[in-house]
Amino acid sequence: MMTRFLWTGMGRNLRLFVLLVLAVGIVVPALNLLMPKTSPFYVPAYALQLIGKYLCYASLALAVDLVWGFCGILTLGHAAFFALGGYCMGMYLMRQIGARGVYGNPILPDFMVFLNYPELPWFWHGFNHFWFAAPMVVIVPGVLALALGWFAFRSRVTGVYLSIITQAMTFALLLAFFRNDMGFGGNNGMTDFKDILGYSVQADTTRAVLCFASALALAIFLIISGAIIGSRFGTALIAVRDAESRMRFLGYRAETYKLFVFVLSAAMAGIAGALYVPQVGIINPSEFAPGNSIEAVLWVAVGGRGTLIGPVIGAFIVNFAKTYLTGALPEVWLFALGALFIVVTLFLPKGIVGLWAQIRARNLAKKATAA
Amino acid sequence: MTTAQPVSHQPTAHTTAHRTTSALLYLSGVTVSFDGFKALNNLSLLIEPGEMRAIIGPNGAGKTTMMDVITGKTRPDEGQVVFDGQADLTKLDEAHIATLGIGRKFQKPTVFESHTVRDNLLLALAGMRSWYKLLGAAPTKAENDRLAEILSIIRMEAQQHMLGARLSHGQKQWLEIGMLLAQNPKLMLVDEPVAGMTDVETETTAQVLREVNKSHSVVVVEHDMSFVRALGVKVTVLHEGSMLAEGSLDQVSADPRVVEVYLGR
Amino acid sequence: MSQKRFLAWLLPLLATVFMAGSALSADLATLVTNLVTGGYSERDVAITALAASGEERAAPILQALSAGDLYVRTADKIVVIGKGSGKQVALIDAITGKDAGTAAEDDLDKVKVNNRLRGTIDAAVGSLTLMSPNPKVRRQAADSLFTRRDASALAALDPAIAAEKDSAIKRAMTEARAAIVLTTPETTPAQKLAAIALVRDRGDRDAMAVLQIAAQATEGDVKAAALAGAETVRNTLAAWSMAQNVWYGISLGSVLLLAAIGLAITFGTMGVINMAHGEMVMLGAYTTFVVQQVLRSAAPALNEFSVIIALPLAFLVSGAIGVLIERSIIRFLYGRALDTLLATWGLSLVLQQGVRSIFGPTNREVSSPSWMSGSFKVGQLDVTYGRLWIIVFALLVFVALLALLRRTPLGLYMRAVTQNRPMAAAVGIRTPQVDALTFGLGSGIAGLAGVALSQIDNVSPNLGQGYIIDSFMVVVFGGVGNLFGTLVGATALGIVNKFLEPYAGAVLGKILVLVFIILFIQRRPRGLFALKGRSVE
Repeated sequence: MMTRFLWTGMGRNLRLFVLLVLAVGIVVPALNLLMPKTSPFYVPAYALQLIGKYLCYASLALAVDLVWGFCGILTLGHAAFFALGGYCMGMYLMRQIGARGVYGNPILPDFMVFLNYPELPWFWHGFNHFWFAAPMVVIVPGVLALALGWFAFRSRVTGVYLSIITQAMTFALLLAFFRNDMGFGGNNGMTDFKDILGYSVQADTTRAVLCFASALALAIFLIISGAIIGSRFGTALIAVRDAESRMRFLGYRAETYKLFVFVLSAAMAGIAGALYVPQVGIINPSEFAPGNSIEAVLWVAVGGRGTLIGPVIGAFIVNFAKTYLTGALPEVWLFALGALFIVVTLFLPKGIVGLWAQIRARNLAKKATAA
Repeated sequence: MTTAQPVSHQPTAHTTAHRTTSALLYLSGVTVSFDGFKALNNLSLLIEPGEMRAIIGPNGAGKTTMMDVITGKTRPDEGQVVFDGQADLTKLDEAHIATLGIGRKFQKPTVFESHTVRDNLLLALAGMRSWYKLLGAAPTKAENDRLAEILSIIRMEAQQHMLGARLSHGQKQWLEIGMLLAQNPKLMLVDEPVAGMTDVETETTAQVLREVNKSHSVVVVEHDMSFVRALGVKVTVLHEGSMLAEGSLDQVSADPRVVEVYLGR
Repeated sequence: MSQKRFLAWLLPLLATVFMAGSALSADLATLVTNLVTGGYSERDVAITALAASGEERAAPILQALSAGDLYVRTADKIVVIGKGSGKQVALIDAITGKDAGTAAEDDLDKVKVNNRLRGTIDAAVGSLTLMSPNPKVRRQAADSLFTRRDASALAALDPAIAAEKDSAIKRAMTEARAAIVLTTPETTPAQKLAAIALVRDRGDRDAMAVLQIAAQATEGDVKAAALAGAETVRNTLAAWSMAQNVWYGISLGSVLLLAAIGLAITFGTMGVINMAHGEMVMLGAYTTFVVQQVLRSAAPALNEFSVIIALPLAFLVSGAIGVLIERSIIRFLYGRALDTLLATWGLSLVLQQGVRSIFGPTNREVSSPSWMSGSFKVGQLDVTYGRLWIIVFALLVFVALLALLRRTPLGLYMRAVTQNRPMAAAVGIRTPQVDALTFGLGSGIAGLAGVALSQIDNVSPNLGQGYIIDSFMVVVFGGVGNLFGTLVGATALGIVNKFLEPYAGAVLGKILVLVFIILFIQRRPRGLFALKGRSVE
């Protein structure tokens, strides 16, 4: 039954796309590790890290699209789930530093020594074990999403109000994580990581494996999302998106459908954040900034909301442009980003994938008339 | 806006063991006010099992609000609404009421635009509503057969793979009726089913409703008097949120108060 | 005694003999001489003696001594008061108070003081100044006596109270006397009880301190009365601090109201999610900056009115940009609320970066006119003029907007279009124009808010971002489409915020408010003053 569930929903395009993502996740790290540095096929370490980062962003975009494109909930706070997953991973990585920190304290991370913490706060216990931290990456964002969604969906908060609530949530978390006495390193967050599962985070092989893991996660998320959307649940979900009250009158508990997808999506974002942190080597409160969440929404809009491939494409294109422009023409980047928001909403409401589908449909129509 | 708050998910929480009334739907003293304006004013209504009832009344008489109260969309300020002699509808939410067996067709046809006609019917089909079961389930043979049957009743076999968004107004009306059939409720609330239909379609619709009435109770809200006449059932006239008259169409049209309301004072 | 000291003592004495002037001046000279000679304990006595002399010059001399401005001129051993520092010090003859030329610091011998002497001087000056012709000085003296409670000042206080004409100062002196009586062991319990009542009625923090000290030092009835008095004062203080919190809250509320009220128009009546609203505020603030820059070079005389001049200009600048935005972007997105959110967010990035490119990323200096600076006290309430004006301004804007919506044709059209667009169009209202003007109006009001906020916040490209989330909270909390809701919402959130701050800190307080609103929206999705009615599905 499980395989049925996983394969029926996937169209041919999606299957090909999943294979493409996996291919990237294998070929890029392999070229980095196996090719000599002089080879034209060699992928430099920074490019490997960049692609790993983009893959995590793509997972976040897919998570945003699940709730926005398929549930109609414009979330302006998904970066919060991403950051929470990242913080869980950050806590694990901090505990792995052990006595190698600047202050040499075997238990307390450096910032706690610096801030005169007498002992480890209760919520830090267990994070020295990967088996504890790894489920937390899913549980913490999932529980927050469950709590928020439970109240919001049952109270029938929809549309703009829901967007504002999610934005307020990430804003509140931003303020909270800036505080030193929250116990998460305040303004500076966590950095200077050493090992993950006993391997140095700086090592080429570790980076290669992390990049592959990010691709694998994205591929799994695509398969799961495809299966859900293709199932009768997905049919009901899209119906809830389009006419929620109509579904209630048919006897469906619309809030349950939304809640399931919202929590799933938050968990996906959390995993993406957890894979992101060891690759970039830092997590700090700025990840909670409302602007980040809205940017993630833009990736989805650019690629094409309501499609599974679109958010991945959008995340890659926008972030590639960002990497290029912030390096080459930093002044221009915000203009470009702002303009992109406007152009996409005005002229490309279905994103690149939608545009492509439109062009194909037009060509087909032409062929049909020609024949 | 909706004043409904989900209260219970336990199907048995608000049902009592024995019936309090023999009527299928029992409304008593129902009052709903919006900012001082009384949309329903001490309204009482009885629908017997197997009955078909036509509700008429001028604009603002409270017809749609009455439907909202029955389906759990609006909570009444006062009064009792009991379904099937057991369920207190004032305490249940829309989804719960729908699963008890009340189906509703809206005045403005609302079909799921990004789904095909077939998927629309599949969604409405009685039975599976649990989200986790739907994750892995494919339509069963019985379900497929029932879909085929309904498609033939509403004469939309040819359009079954067409998206809801591309249907004409009349087709949407038919699809809505098909969805009601698929839902197979004990009580159907049908709000202006023939608006925008041709005379022939109107006659067909009346036939379909009469056919449906053999196995379901039906409440029809309609402006079209010839359609109401074609149905040939008991008529309730609403005015300013209360019942003004009840009886056969001929009886109520002879009532001077009804004439006054319709022709102005 | 060193030779120098001896000479310092001797020479003025000789001078007095030679001068053989009035007895008074001779006395003063002696007293002053005593002030600069001998050990610290001798000079302590000399200070009290000088203060008791009733000399007009005693106060300035003692103050100069306390401040370290009293010198002996090396050349002639005359005691002088030095003004200013550096190479050349301007001198005044301490005894006559006349100009004594200037001298290099090397030619002067500074009269040293220690903290004990300073204490004695302060007490002495306190009683001296009680009789000063200047009411401000007398008031200060009474207040300083209240906090120091120098028993020796009692002798000076009684005649001062008798002579005092100003009732407020007289009360301050009586309270000071009561404070001294209360903390002097020699006074009788009856006197102390009377004093407790007086001090209690004063009702400020100093009064509570006096009562607590008295309670520790006394027994029986007096102790009980002092404790009860302290309790009363504590309650008074709590009431005032609550009043102060309310005031701060109203002040914050007025800022929120200003920021949100334009949004209440664009979001509340048009359903447009304008994430660039904060940038309209920011543009208003930058308009103020530009106006001040222009006035500074073109018409410095008008600088005092720069804020008032900036108001209409900011309204026009932000309003015009608002109209431009509506015509070029928003109008294509009606009915797609979430898309307007994204498009206007993009717009806000462009506007921020635009301002950053033109004016630079750093804060810009906007000055406050003199009528907006300073503060005054109401009871124990601190009221700054700047905040007061902003509250007044916020209310004026609110009333004006209300009048505009209710009493003008534009307001009528706006309400008509909001309620039923096709119908409004059918009766001949040009809905596109009304849309543009409504959006322009909302943006223009944001510009006005920017002028006010430029007075209390940093004028930087990020100014608007700080307000956008708060503004949405206010509008949603108050109830969309309801201006009074916005007023109540802004005030309530402002006050709640300020009441949470002392307990939770500013950041946690804000977080709590956000969480509260998240929960509130879920209870009442349509806000505090939701319009009820049959839904249109």
